[in-house]
Amino acid sequence: MKAMNIVNAVNDALDIKLAEDQTIVVYGEDTGFEGGVFRVTEGLQKKHGVERVFDSPLAESGIAGTAVGMAAAGLRPVIEMQFCGFIYPAFNQIISHITRMHNRSRGKYKMPIVIRLPYGGGINALEHHSESMEAMFAHIPGLKIVVPSTPHDAKGLLISAIESDDPVLFLEPKRIYRAIKQEVSEEKFSVPIGKAKVLSQGTDVTVVAYGAMIREVQKAMVMAKEAGYSVELIDLRTIYPLDKETIAGSVKKTGRIIFVGEEPRSFGVGSEIMALANEEAFLHLEAPPRRVAAFDVIVPYPRGEHHYMITPEKIFYEIERTIKF
Amino acid sequence: MFDQFDPAEDKMLQVIDNNGKVISKELMPHLSDDEMVKLYKDMLFVRTLDAMIVSYQRQGRVFTYPPNYGQEAIGVAAGATLRHEDWLVPAFRELGAWLAKGVSVREVFLYAMGHEDGFKFEDANHVLPFSVPIASQLLHASGIGYAIKYQKKDEVAMAFVGDGGTSEGDFHEALNFAGVWKVPVIFVVQNNQYAISVPVKMQTASMNIAIKSKAYGIKGLKVDGNDIFAMLAAFRYAHDYARKEQQAVLIEAVTYRKGAHTTSDDPSKYRTTEEEMEWDKKDPLRRMKLFLEKKKLWSDAEEERLTDEYKKEIDRQFNETEQSVQYPLEDAFRFTYAEMPQDLRDQQIEHEKFLQWKNARK
Repeated sequence: MKAMNIVNAVNDALDIKLAEDQTIVVYGEDTGFEGGVFRVTEGLQKKHGVERVFDSPLAESGIAGTAVGMAAAGLRPVIEMQFCGFIYPAFNQIISHITRMHNRSRGKYKMPIVIRLPYGGGINALEHHSESMEAMFAHIPGLKIVVPSTPHDAKGLLISAIESDDPVLFLEPKRIYRAIKQEVSEEKFSVPIGKAKVLSQGTDVTVVAYGAMIREVQKAMVMAKEAGYSVELIDLRTIYPLDKETIAGSVKKTGRIIFVGEEPRSFGVGSEIMALANEEAFLHLEAPPRRVAAFDVIVPYPRGEHHYMITPEKIFYEIERTIKF
Repeated sequence: MFDQFDPAEDKMLQVIDNNGKVISKELMPHLSDDEMVKLYKDMLFVRTLDAMIVSYQRQGRVFTYPPNYGQEAIGVAAGATLRHEDWLVPAFRELGAWLAKGVSVREVFLYAMGHEDGFKFEDANHVLPFSVPIASQLLHASGIGYAIKYQKKDEVAMAFVGDGGTSEGDFHEALNFAGVWKVPVIFVVQNNQYAISVPVKMQTASMNIAIKSKAYGIKGLKVDGNDIFAMLAAFRYAHDYARKEQQAVLIEAVTYRKGAHTTSDDPSKYRTTEEEMEWDKKDPLRRMKLFLEKKKLWSDAEEERLTDEYKKEIDRQFNETEQSVQYPLEDAFRFTYAEMPQDLRDQQIEHEKFLQWKNARK
């Protein structure tokens, strides 16, 4: 065991997989020599060689498009998009090829590609550096989407993502990259894709969240406990495929559900969770399912971001409203 | 060859003229008489197959199809250059290259009939399915090039795009990545003068397309795309260079789309009969036929006999494909993921329940 933050854990997972599988290559903008702008890949080029961990030209469509060819020719590329807001030039390659080549070739060409994507707000960044647009990707058939909230899960989920024969969008909550330290095994282990985790058992309300929002919910839960409410917290860990069983089972038990996410509220992951609660647990509901999510506005620049970010107080407010409904 | 035909001087590689007369003997690729006749037969087969698919479309038996009419020399020359281990990254108008790489006529039909099974390419090695989003496939070739180099394999990737595709960002990114990475990729631009209705002069202010290679530090060649000997000479040279030097090449094949963009298009709306007649003189089959006739290697009688034979065989295979084509519900689900999520299984089961209900109702 070793104390790791999420940056260390992602680095460790890449290091383990690079050492064990020669078909893995890791590349992106500043990913090689410098180790990425967040230093997530630091030291990997030195250890595994410049052919395997490298800097690509500055072009996101190029990064994603070349990964398609590499995967077709037998490699397992792990590509990095520097920030969530920079992924859009690669969108065509993701929606037109990465997620379609397996289907188009009737299974002949698998696309074992991992797209690492630091996402989310709360870091006082410039425009285009704070978005949480995972729902856009969740809407694309052919893609799997995972989001760790802890160093342990970051390592285990990334190992699963790299070993998956399907393309995986690996969202990294950059706000908590270095905020949490945890004892993590230095050995290889994996956390399965498609399985949510019940972080706290409770009886009054189910809260579903992921990524950096988990910590905010946990702060709200301290307030809820003081108020005498029992909250069940589910860390989604995988957005697609959604662990319907865990969520529906929990709602059937508590009768109430709140989604907490930093994504724009409408047509989002939260909307899907609301639909799920209605479809799978309608007769168990004692209050309307609620979303605590961002406004449907452009993420304000740092001076105004406090209006936008989800706070523990806001989460507690919604928990109380839902329980008292 | 790259210096001799410097795109900056707007030179174009040609071996025979419009009348099939050899104009640059030293560039004529080494070919036996039989090999020459085979090239012609391959072009004739492509032209016959292509025309028949268009006629099946008119009969409502296949869906939208992009004809190769007038551009047969490029695909056939590519097919004659690529080895079993080489990669073909198609756009959608290189029928001769697909067939040479092992794509079956049945698969071509299935594709035209609107079935993904047409992309199974069961007997074709290293061929990607066709790519509809223009120029996006070129990046795949750059990635394949990287994999070839990384795995230290003796392979080359050849990727196709049209003149309109050179305006897309992915064209430039692909050439740039291949240039920086120094990988064995041949990018082929079939400059057939039009991107649907838009003429090439509205796509670029460059003096030609091959010159764009210079911006990416790779070699470029402008070639008469209706001269199969020129195409073969250029492809062989580029293939050898890409393999030995581990470098990318851009080839502009100057040609003319005699047919429509697809079966949904009407070219008479945007081009003149005079222009079409001018290009008829440069038709790739006509030129090679005149060349072969001078050498007493071909005759009208032989052409008629063979065309008839091709037509019968093509029609037999088409009928067979048409009668056996099936698309079970599960095929819509099973290839979306390598490992199918439970939710997709559930959606399929749910729909099957509806179908059972529907059938019971009849």
